[in-house]
Amino acid sequence: MKKTGFLERFRAWDEDRFDLTERTTGDLNRPMRPAPTDRTVSDEPVQRLAAGEMRAFSRIYPILAAILGVVLIAFLLMTVYDLPPFGAANVPADNEVPARYVRDGMAETGAVNVVAGVILDYRAFDTLGESHVLYTALTAVLILLLSLRDAEPEPDPEDVLMRRDGILTTTAALLVPIIVLFGIYVLLNGHLGPGGGFSGGAIIGAGLILYAIAFGFTRLERMLNLKSFRIICLVALCFYSVSKCYSFFCGANGLHTIFSPGTPGRILSAGLILPLNIAVGVVVACTMYGLYSIFQRGRI
Amino acid sequence: MDYFELLLLGLLVVCGISTCLTRNLLASLIIFMAYSTIMSVLWALLKAPDLAVTEAAVGAGISSILLFITLKKLRDIRRKANDEKDRLS
Amino acid sequence: MRELLLRLWDSRIAVAAVILFAVGFVTLLLHRNLLKKIIGLNIMDTAAYLLLTSLGYIENRLSPIIRSGETDPALYVNPLPAGLVLTGIVVSVSVTAVMLALTVRLYQRYHSLNLDEIYAMAQKEHGV
Repeated sequence: MKKTGFLERFRAWDEDRFDLTERTTGDLNRPMRPAPTDRTVSDEPVQRLAAGEMRAFSRIYPILAAILGVVLIAFLLMTVYDLPPFGAANVPADNEVPARYVRDGMAETGAVNVVAGVILDYRAFDTLGESHVLYTALTAVLILLLSLRDAEPEPDPEDVLMRRDGILTTTAALLVPIIVLFGIYVLLNGHLGPGGGFSGGAIIGAGLILYAIAFGFTRLERMLNLKSFRIICLVALCFYSVSKCYSFFCGANGLHTIFSPGTPGRILSAGLILPLNIAVGVVVACTMYGLYSIFQRGRI
Repeated sequence: MDYFELLLLGLLVVCGISTCLTRNLLASLIIFMAYSTIMSVLWALLKAPDLAVTEAAVGAGISSILLFITLKKLRDIRRKANDEKDRLS
Repeated sequence: MRELLLRLWDSRIAVAAVILFAVGFVTLLLHRNLLKKIIGLNIMDTAAYLLLTSLGYIENRLSPIIRSGETDPALYVNPLPAGLVLTGIVVSVSVTAVMLALTVRLYQRYHSLNLDEIYAMAQKEHGV
């Protein structure tokens, strides 16, 4: 590849096709395989575009982009000028709402970490919707990529074992237990320190993904197949919904005598926050692993 | 902390811009991963440790893994299409 | 001018967030590669979160974890932006996953990541 200057590179930025091995920059007339449908798609319009309009656009686009960016920055900086200075006290955002969360949060929710108290007690409906967004995204990805499944044959497990890289498997064998343990720690200490369901679940999911990369899916499948996956997510989301919707029926009072805040600072305290954290964490971990699995081989 | 914060902000902007200007997609994804990590350190400095932990796990971990997997998947699709074309011709 | 620069220097994190937002926006709108568009949207997301978090930061205060039992609000930074942004981060990763799945499907059908090519082929296909 010849060396190009910054401006040249900027001008030619539409030419970066997806490629990891061979470079096809500038090869706009590359023969294109017709999409596998009954109606075959020819690359004639592409060539037409490539000949005329695309070239013209590729010259205008970077200039347009630069102008648009500068204008946007100017307008937004005008707004920044009117914002309160960074780090100052007595800003409008620091009003009575966060003050009340900090002052009464620990007594009311039992959570030492005020953020956990806010997102899992005061504003728990928000988090409920968020968990459902995550699950819905997983379902959408499953629908979109399920048809790729029969396209690729499953690699032979023995073959995978043979192709394994020694460094990868040794490192994974050392790291996976630590990562999962750390994830569980972060998950269970959500009300005592930084962390909680989302970060802990994501860390556990990352540990599972590392295991799957190093040792293949066959062993994980005994524990995490589509059926168990469905049951886990369903139970966790239903538990969350029920434990947050009961306050509809008792007049928004909550059941503080049953789920008492307990002694702040203990691991078994803060009422429903710990179980809710576990539910959210399980959903997030399953979703992250499920997303990886779907993208990697078209099924869970 | 002031100088460190400035350094991080500068690196953040550089990473953000070079992610968009890099032509190689793999390099661009790796720079994006670095961008997420810098962002998580910056959030730790801004006294939001919850965000820092979450961004380090989700932004630098899961998002990047998904992007890498997508690249691999696209390469597989392309390779298979090329194989089929070779077989047909 | 000097006053303006000083004022912008005071809120430098917001300035960085604005620059990143513009970079992400321009990438999202004008780049043709679909994966680059997704990365641009992610950069836009994180820039908005950075701005929100910087609005909650207050100098010389602690992070909102009540270790010592002191519940004076004047001791801790604002916990509300952190809670909101936490929701946003997870939603943005879900959106990223869905967009990546759509990209894979588009690539499977049209064998291209260039939006213009895809558009031209789709137009041709539907006889417009």
